[in-house]
Amino acid sequence: MASTAAVPFWRSAGMTYITYSNICANLVRNCLKEPYKSEAISREKVHFSVTKWADGKPQKPTIRSDSPED
Amino acid sequence: MFRQVAHRILTRSTTTYSAGAAATIRRPYSTEVVADASSGDSAFVEAWKKVAPNIDPPKTPIQYMEPRPPTPSTLPSKLTVNFVLPYSAELSKAEVDMVIVPATTGQMGILPGHVPTIAELKPGLLSVHEGNDVKKYFISSGFAFVHSNSYADILAVEAIPLDRIDQAQVQKGLSEFTQKLNSASTDLDKAEAQIGVDVHSALNSALTG
Repeated sequence: MASTAAVPFWRSAGMTYITYSNICANLVRNCLKEPYKSEAISREKVHFSVTKWADGKPQKPTIRSDSPED
Repeated sequence: MFRQVAHRILTRSTTTYSAGAAATIRRPYSTEVVADASSGDSAFVEAWKKVAPNIDPPKTPIQYMEPRPPTPSTLPSKLTVNFVLPYSAELSKAEVDMVIVPATTGQMGILPGHVPTIAELKPGLLSVHEGNDVKKYFISSGFAFVHSNSYADILAVEAIPLDRIDQAQVQKGLSEFTQKLNSASTDLDKAEAQIGVDVHSALNSALTG
């Protein structure tokens, strides 16, 4: 696993360090036992309030909840 | 606010008297500023005093930060470790004998007096040795900073104690990602599958070994 190359394999595939570390963290979270697993996953949830702009007026906002994909 | 108004009235009235009287009244005030300047930006404090002589210069965040202790001349017997995650501080200024971190170049043991280093961490086992106690965490990825004063900062995205790992999930994930690695077509898919294999095999070896 330890690579001696100048650039790690994920970097040469076009990933950034943030992407790489988030993928790693998600995989580790998925291997947790319950109840720790649901607790760790809920911590990573992100909520957006999305409002479309049409005819010069904001429309009704909708809430989008994203949990990190694995 | 009233306090500031009082200051202003006071300084304004004293300036009309002799300069000496003003200096005696202002002395405790200005020494305060000098004490600040010792840790702040002196050029900024000078400029501030010219523009607003009656108001304390604002403090910058660095002035609220506790400076790191200087490098001791004798080797300390303990290593001070800060181990932090985005959501919690697992260890904060914990005095331990040794930590072993999974650096990308291999396992790295850190003892007091270690040379200053920055190491990138790979998914693997972090063990904290304190006497006969060994605390083990599995960390996903991160960085370890070793300072010359026997301080070590370990930053990780996710860290879990070993007993919270689900062995069945690890096996499932390992076989799933090995299969994905064989069927992956693009570079990105391959890299993702490779990360999956790496993380799960590291989890597996942490559990078994």
